[in-house]
Amino acid sequence: MSLVLLVVVGVLFSIGFYLLMQRSLIRIVVGFVLLGHAANLGLLLAGGPAGAPPLLGRHLPGGERMTDPLPQAMALTAIVITFGVTAFLLALAYRSWLFLDEDKVQDDVEDRRVNAEARRGAGDEYASHEVAEEDHG
Amino acid sequence: MNVLLPLPFVLPLAGAALMLPAWRSQTWLRLLGVGVTAGVVAVSVALAVEVAREGVITTQTGGWPAPLGITLVADRLTVLMLVVSSVVLLAILLYAVGQGVVGHSEARPSVYYPAYLMLSAGVCLSFLAGDLFNLFVGFEVMLASSYVLITLAPTPARMHAGTMYVVVSLTSSILFLTTIGLTYTATGTVNLADLSTRTEDLPAGTRTALALMFLVVFGIKGAVAPLHLWLPDSYPAAITKITAIFAALLTKTAVYAMIRTQTLLFPQHDVGTPLLVLAALTMVVGLLGALTQQDIHRILSFVLVGHIGFMVFGLALFSVAGLTGAILYLVHHIIVQATLFLTSDLMQDETGETSLERIGGLAGASAFTAVLFFVPAMSLSGVPPLSGFVAKLALLQAGFGSGRTLGYAVTSVAVLASLLTLVAMSRIWTMAFWRPRSQAPAPELPPEEKAGEEPGLSRQQRYSHRLVRTVTAGMVACGLAVAVLAGPLTSWSVQAAGDLLDRTAYQHAVLGEEAP
Repeated sequence: MSLVLLVVVGVLFSIGFYLLMQRSLIRIVVGFVLLGHAANLGLLLAGGPAGAPPLLGRHLPGGERMTDPLPQAMALTAIVITFGVTAFLLALAYRSWLFLDEDKVQDDVEDRRVNAEARRGAGDEYASHEVAEEDHG
Repeated sequence: MNVLLPLPFVLPLAGAALMLPAWRSQTWLRLLGVGVTAGVVAVSVALAVEVAREGVITTQTGGWPAPLGITLVADRLTVLMLVVSSVVLLAILLYAVGQGVVGHSEARPSVYYPAYLMLSAGVCLSFLAGDLFNLFVGFEVMLASSYVLITLAPTPARMHAGTMYVVVSLTSSILFLTTIGLTYTATGTVNLADLSTRTEDLPAGTRTALALMFLVVFGIKGAVAPLHLWLPDSYPAAITKITAIFAALLTKTAVYAMIRTQTLLFPQHDVGTPLLVLAALTMVVGLLGALTQQDIHRILSFVLVGHIGFMVFGLALFSVAGLTGAILYLVHHIIVQATLFLTSDLMQDETGETSLERIGGLAGASAFTAVLFFVPAMSLSGVPPLSGFVAKLALLQAGFGSGRTLGYAVTSVAVLASLLTLVAMSRIWTMAFWRPRSQAPAPELPPEEKAGEEPGLSRQQRYSHRLVRTVTAGMVACGLAVAVLAGPLTSWSVQAAGDLLDRTAYQHAVLGEEAP
């Protein structure tokens, strides 16, 4: 049981990180959601095997073990946090789409400038033109 | 039980909530924001007095005993950070109040002020947290508000920077959560004091793995090379007064968490050597990066990355002297980095530009701004007798006193990094301030401004000009005060560093006297 969950956590982590590396913002959002699931499942696993409900003042018949409530409480809090942040990410992706007409992570302007300067050094007319346009834009 | 202890984060949370019903009234937002932040300053000072008198103070919120309940702890390091951060938070808020009227900020105040208070709450909670999960919550509150702040007044560049910032921060948060889960699996607790008594029994391999995971988590959040790449791309894109608070507090909170977790949980110090190497790498990468930049905000961001290396260096030495240096450096750097960003904002006010290629002649245009820039810039470079010199001296002494070859090597890198800082700062100084304006190919320059004396400015604008400049001057004065008060501050830091390494005071305060 625990081994299955462990494998699931590992698979979720790998898919999540893979999606995070993509350019499309929606894929990044999905990747983040999967990563959140992986972390929450990990928290649940941290509590050990399941047992009786952890209620204060309850006497358990011989040998039965209570579930550890703390990791569940932490997982609940973490779920709420990831939920809120996912909503924000979606809003950000929408905003980005409104602005840029595409939901992709853009090239970094500074990287492009350095790149273009290197090309300009090699006498590339197009590169300097590109930089000039960006400066005005 | 101490009633004051939760106030540094409860006050801003309540303030942010009270702002919502009256978000249309600018006056109300400003009054409430400044009032609450001033309240946090007062509470922090009161806590500092109490800690000085009684030692470590704790509160168990909810009434559950220590390893079960939510513990808030304040020791000497905590209150020092609280006082310095709350003063900087107040100063930048006043700056924002002043700049809101004129300035080049198109941000909506109804979003800015509540988000700012939430950020303060997150920062204070991270300092006070006595268990790992609360630390995570504090970080999340802080980061969630920072996501809002960095994308405020959105432009395409800001959206791009904001997206990257959010994705990187979220990744580190997920890693943090996973690390908490792993720590709980290994030890069965997340209470910091309880953990500190249990990590010794862990197998060495598990302990090192956990220490490394914490290092990666706070390394991303604190921009330690090679995990720093997100910072110089995202910070400069935000509105400058927001960049100022990010640069002053967000990375320093991560460094604080790094110091707290490494000293308390891993006193065997298994990761000392990688930390030393990373510290040197951070200094070199950050400051060499600063030399290649043209935009003032980007230069300052790279310098910020480089100087994170100094604090990590102090932690990596893992001695009282080294930690003292790291704590002094934290205090100095929070104040000075914020001041530099505020000054660069003033420069942007004067010229409308942030690129060194296009500005010049500022010394003639505004001698006051020149002085405001010169003092913190020299302080950051470690020129005596300013605060940077005090902090750097403590670090260098600790490095040379470490008696390790690697320690000596990193100390020399630190000296080199200080010189590189001086070069980077001198570049801004000579280009922006002393180059004749005719040589700076600026397309158009607004007429010179003599703060508030032009007939064209309304009374409100004059008032705002004066407030903005007074706040920046006040921050410069704070930086000078750190240098003047170096004696008492150092003895306080030495005691704080001693407590960090000793750990028993912290454990006894949280768990009671029966703790080992």
